[in-house]
Amino acid sequence: MGPYILRRVLATIPVMGVVAVIVFLMLRLSPGDPAAILAGDQATMADIAAIRERLGLDQPLLHQFVVWVGELLTGDLGKSIYLNRPVTGLILERVEPTLALSISTMIFAILFAVPMGVVAAWRAGSWVDQTIMGLSVLAFSVPVFLIGYGLVIGFALRLDLLPVQGFVSLWDNPVGFARHLVLPTMTLGLVYMALLARITRATMLDVLNEDFIRTARAKGLAEPRVLILHALKNASVPIVTTIGLGIALLIGGVVVTESVFAIPGIGRLTIEAVLQRDYPVIQGVILAVAGVYVLVNLAIDLTYSALDPRIRF
Amino acid sequence: MSRITRRIGLAAAAVFGLIAAQPVAAQTSRRDTLRVAVHANLQILDPVWTTGLITLRHGYLIYDTLYGMNSQFEPRPQMVDHHTLSDDRLLWTFTLRDGLAFHDGQPVRAADVVASLRRWMQRDPMGQRLSEFSSAIEAVDDKTFSIRLRERYGLVLETLAKGTGTFIMPERVASTPSNTQITDTTGSGPFIFQRDEWRPGSRVVYRRNPAYQPREEPADFLSGGKRALVERVEWLYIPDNNTALAALNAGEIDYYEAPPLDFIPLMERNPDIKLEMIDPLGSQLLLRANWLYPPFNDVRARQALALVARQEDYMRVVVGNPRLYQAWCGAFFQCGSSNDTDVGSEPYRQPNTARARELLRQAGYNGERIVVLQPSDRPQYNAATMVLIQGLRRAGVNVDVQSMDWSTLLSRRARRDPPDAGGYHLFITGQGGVDTANPTANTWFNSRCDRANPGWACDMELDGMVADWARETDPAARRPLLERLHRRAWETFPYLSIGQFTQPVAVRSNIHGVLPAGQPVYWNIEKR
Repeated sequence: MGPYILRRVLATIPVMGVVAVIVFLMLRLSPGDPAAILAGDQATMADIAAIRERLGLDQPLLHQFVVWVGELLTGDLGKSIYLNRPVTGLILERVEPTLALSISTMIFAILFAVPMGVVAAWRAGSWVDQTIMGLSVLAFSVPVFLIGYGLVIGFALRLDLLPVQGFVSLWDNPVGFARHLVLPTMTLGLVYMALLARITRATMLDVLNEDFIRTARAKGLAEPRVLILHALKNASVPIVTTIGLGIALLIGGVVVTESVFAIPGIGRLTIEAVLQRDYPVIQGVILAVAGVYVLVNLAIDLTYSALDPRIRF
Repeated sequence: MSRITRRIGLAAAAVFGLIAAQPVAAQTSRRDTLRVAVHANLQILDPVWTTGLITLRHGYLIYDTLYGMNSQFEPRPQMVDHHTLSDDRLLWTFTLRDGLAFHDGQPVRAADVVASLRRWMQRDPMGQRLSEFSSAIEAVDDKTFSIRLRERYGLVLETLAKGTGTFIMPERVASTPSNTQITDTTGSGPFIFQRDEWRPGSRVVYRRNPAYQPREEPADFLSGGKRALVERVEWLYIPDNNTALAALNAGEIDYYEAPPLDFIPLMERNPDIKLEMIDPLGSQLLLRANWLYPPFNDVRARQALALVARQEDYMRVVVGNPRLYQAWCGAFFQCGSSNDTDVGSEPYRQPNTARARELLRQAGYNGERIVVLQPSDRPQYNAATMVLIQGLRRAGVNVDVQSMDWSTLLSRRARRDPPDAGGYHLFITGQGGVDTANPTANTWFNSRCDRANPGWACDMELDGMVADWARETDPAARRPLLERLHRRAWETFPYLSIGQFTQPVAVRSNIHGVLPAGQPVYWNIEKR
């Protein structure tokens, strides 16, 4: 296992290198000039040229790339063009809201989706199955922002139970933290839950038709035991894979959800940076997200052997 | 399993109940805190370095100005107690009022003022013009400074009262080169910036400056006593307008700085929300042609632009609500301002497609592709661009609409390349505030060729007329000069105004004292 982990970790280095090159080139070759945006609507051409020079954007592309990679190798992601602050610090400031939203969404989705998928498979073809799958299709089809607005109208404006927007740190006010997370979690979690419920159902249906399930039932095992210990455990590898792949979906969803609920997380930071062409921030965020994604995939791969002893690395 | 499910269900219900049982009022703002949904994310703290509106508003909170415009658009002393003018009208001497102090407790000295003015004059167009007319700006003693002019200049006080802020900073801060952002936010204004509570992209916090001594006079536009009546102002950046509206409805915010105009009917129906008109002049939408390339390097083609659609066509689409726009405003310097005139606009008050077509033909236009930049993420500019496109097509123009986000448009419009090589012919933008009303401060009116804004309007004769107007010190004699330059502008079109409209702010009904100051300011506001 040890050499395998080391190999996988080392393999992330070229992956991150390729990501770095692609991100750098895509940003520089796409239209938009941070100097013009930074200078403002009333700026003169001389103002814009002066800013471009100060930011080093007038230098050849190769020179800019070498400078950036040089900084990167020392662990420096650069400084935000607009805020004039280190990108690493900006990302760290925004980690808590995004991490909190992602974790609560995962927990919410897994807690509801897996039992729903199991029940739907167990009662395949019945009204229960059809209802669960119908709702899943609906949740998966409705845009995230629409779900968000609907929940805000229902829970915040009509029932006056939860706040409309914002984020409170767990360390400042745990109850406020939870209150501000409920609606965003439900908004983002519904989509993720729908995906997971459908995958769980499909995988469980396959497993429930296996001989060993018939044997378990013939032995007289209670149905919950058959479903959870025998069927679900054997269906868990594809489910865990979907959970892992779902993190990419989650990253996209976080961007929208954070905007709808005015949560100052990584998603919002990314949008703002893209709209303003804040190159160092965009590059830093994408590299960080790519790194997290690679590590999550590694973690998912490692859980396979725990779930299925036949898998060995 | 059902027992387990029931237990889990009960536990979840208990947790949700606990969370939801917390009073929502705990989340709403306290009586001493004004919570504002601002229109943009404050990122740059230096109001001299950038022309961004959000930074200007930040400036008005933490800095004070030497003069301020009143509601009649007259300069009134603010930090200045009084001034004297020499008989030859070349030496202006100003004395600061008593009790002025920076947030760090240090007194405001004339040396701070001189350093601040010098830095500002390097960046601001109106400041640059005053600089051109002056030979020395000096501190006489700790409370007195002087401006010595090379020749008479009629806009000294107007320049110091300029809406886009002659903010006074400590000398040590104002010594920062004007092309470098300041990092020290020490001012002497009615509020103090709380750096440790600043969360870029989310929240900016200001506290009342307990040492601030407002003027005795009542607050009037950007002049008079700036009395901070709340302890704390919190700016919240809520990028989604629907969420901001919901937050205002729920009482989570008190003040919504720039609600979309199509929200107005919704807000008018809510008794807990008031709409306040804070900008008597409003904003101006404008069409800018690229003077570098045919056909718009020919004045006749620019004149044709004024005939393809009427202002009301633009405003009906952009604004919608007739109470918020003027059906026709022929003034380059804002209808309702002290420089309001529509002299020269007579031939262009009604659209005339046939005439536009003829003018274009005379300008040598023969069906070539006309590149129009369309900012898809700026609803007002986007809508106005669509009206323009329709008008151009009616006049037989072969329009090439290039849709892009605003950031791309800003960089694209700065390119001087030919339109078929990455350049452009036309784009729409806007400007607002008191500065638009002044020919020397209206940056899109600047027709100094290569030194003009993108589009590079080039009419040095017009620029000379502006200088003549600025030089004149007698207000009565200045009027004919204004009309002369205005007539010239309607002939050569540095830009085309396509309408004037106003943007209300929305506040909760318990908010009182919102000042019509041309922009949101947060003194004088009380929360009952």
